Amino acid sequence: MNAILHELRKAPLTAKFGIAVVLFYIFVAVFAPLLAPFGESEVVGYEYEPWSAVNWLGTDSLGRDMATRMIYGARNTIGIALVTTMIAFAVGSAAGFFAAVLQGWVDQVLSRAVDVVISIPTLIFALLLLTIFGASVTSLIGVIALIYATFVYRIARAVAMGVVVMDYVEAAQVRGEGLWWIMRKEILPNAAPPLVAEFGLRFCFVFLTISGLSFLGLGIQPPAADWGSMVRENASLITFGDLTPLIPAAAIGLLTVAVNFIVDWMLHKASGLKT
Amino acid sequence: MHYLLRLFVQRLALGLLTLFVVSLVIFLSIELLPGDVAQQVLGQSATPENLAAFRRELGLDQPAHTRYLSWLGGFLQGDLGNSLISGLPIKDLISERMYNTFFLAGFAAVISVPLAVLLGVIAALYRETFLDKSINVATLTAISVPEFFVGYILVWLFAVELGMFPSIANLSEDASLGDRIYRTFLPALTLTLIVTAHMMRMTRASLINLLALPFIEMAQLKGASQRRLIVIHALPNAIAPIVTVIAINLAYLIVGVVIVEVVFVYPGMGQLLVDSVAKRDFTVVQTACLLFAATYILFNLASDLISIASNPRLLHRK
Repeated sequence: MNAILHELRKAPLTAKFGIAVVLFYIFVAVFAPLLAPFGESEVVGYEYEPWSAVNWLGTDSLGRDMATRMIYGARNTIGIALVTTMIAFAVGSAAGFFAAVLQGWVDQVLSRAVDVVISIPTLIFALLLLTIFGASVTSLIGVIALIYATFVYRIARAVAMGVVVMDYVEAAQVRGEGLWWIMRKEILPNAAPPLVAEFGLRFCFVFLTISGLSFLGLGIQPPAADWGSMVRENASLITFGDLTPLIPAAAIGLLTVAVNFIVDWMLHKASGLKT
Repeated sequence: MHYLLRLFVQRLALGLLTLFVVSLVIFLSIELLPGDVAQQVLGQSATPENLAAFRRELGLDQPAHTRYLSWLGGFLQGDLGNSLISGLPIKDLISERMYNTFFLAGFAAVISVPLAVLLGVIAALYRETFLDKSINVATLTAISVPEFFVGYILVWLFAVELGMFPSIANLSEDASLGDRIYRTFLPALTLTLIVTAHMMRMTRASLINLLALPFIEMAQLKGASQRRLIVIHALPNAIAPIVTVIAINLAYLIVGVVIVEVVFVYPGMGQLLVDSVAKRDFTVVQTACLLFAATYILFNLASDLISIASNPRLLHRK
């Protein structure tokens, strides 16, 4: 614990800033019902009311409290992006390790399938699949997780390829350990560090993609509060010179920058330890 | 030369194969639909006779491979089929929009490519200085915020506060070039900001990677100036990676237009795609996706071919 604190104290200012921002977002997301002054989709006044002591950020296009929806939005938007990234990593790295251990035709089939998916632009493929499965939170998570699993697969496979040639993996194979055991006990611990940094970066991409889809009206569906859809619903205010609808978009940007700062620091540290 | 040619043909064949497989994936994805298209479009209350008539009309009673071949064949001859919802020929829906989208993307490319390379060279030239660090922070921010944020900030600044450009980029069909540029300016600027940030960062990174190589050290030791070092020694060797970066970003531009078009209500392919996804108009979505994917793949293929051609080492195979 002390060692971690010591590392943190030595971290550059950008990384400290990133960690502080991420902790703040997590706090807001976890304690959303306690922090929010109103209910998630409770109508509290007229449409587009200005900022006031009661409605801190005014009200939205349906007369719901903006500040409340920002707070619940943290929970919904980040929560869904996090779940999606975790599924993408579970599926992608399992498949990548699988391909690296077995090699041969399993590797060929998986890798060529991934090549095809990656050659289609992410957003376009997501739109195609969402047309088929319909716009709902479940299909959103499934579709985005599947697409990003292909990127994770490539990295996981490349990292695992470097691990499977090690003597200890061969030793495990010779003493008759099963495929699952080798993937979990031999490869995963040694492939984890690069994958953790990758997790941060991929989370940013997933987060931006989901926000983009929600902005297009094809992601997280109303009445759930979500930052991407909040911008879409209230965008007409901008033409009257009111920037309130952009607060959710700025919140998305701030989190992405913060995560990027942390990842930069981790990568810097990782590269520094090698030399 | 023979070897280079073979590499070229190989890459070209691989690109065309990818294109073929992707068209297959886009076509077959509809087969994943629970139930079938007729049921989805006509709803649960449709009578079996209606369903059968609808299937016959769309050729859904044919086996999948026959339908795929006639779809692809029609595509290559310019016959894109009809919209599932409105029944209008897709060709009429998209021809104008295709042109608009390419105009927007081209406009953004013309500004962003020279700007990005220039900024990348400047950042590499003055690396680790205040200038480089401010460019770094600015580009990181541009990459991290959602595209619609950049778009709306520009709307607020240029359309609302300064009143210089219209906030909605509606085009009439017979608009003059000047009017077109005027109306397309804000969406193009949005795309430029996003894409320049990516390209510039990669240009800087590929230049700085080169600076660690022995021939640069050699030039340094013989007393070449910083500027000469970057422009004469490093830049020609960075052409391949920079061209790759540009092609990747042009490919990205074609995709990035989707959200920007929605922000500015621009009558392009992206807007059409999003509307069709919301209406679940499968045939239009398939066509638009194939066009987007094909453009993307062709740009990536072009970047591969150019980077092969710009690498003189490949001319003399060891």
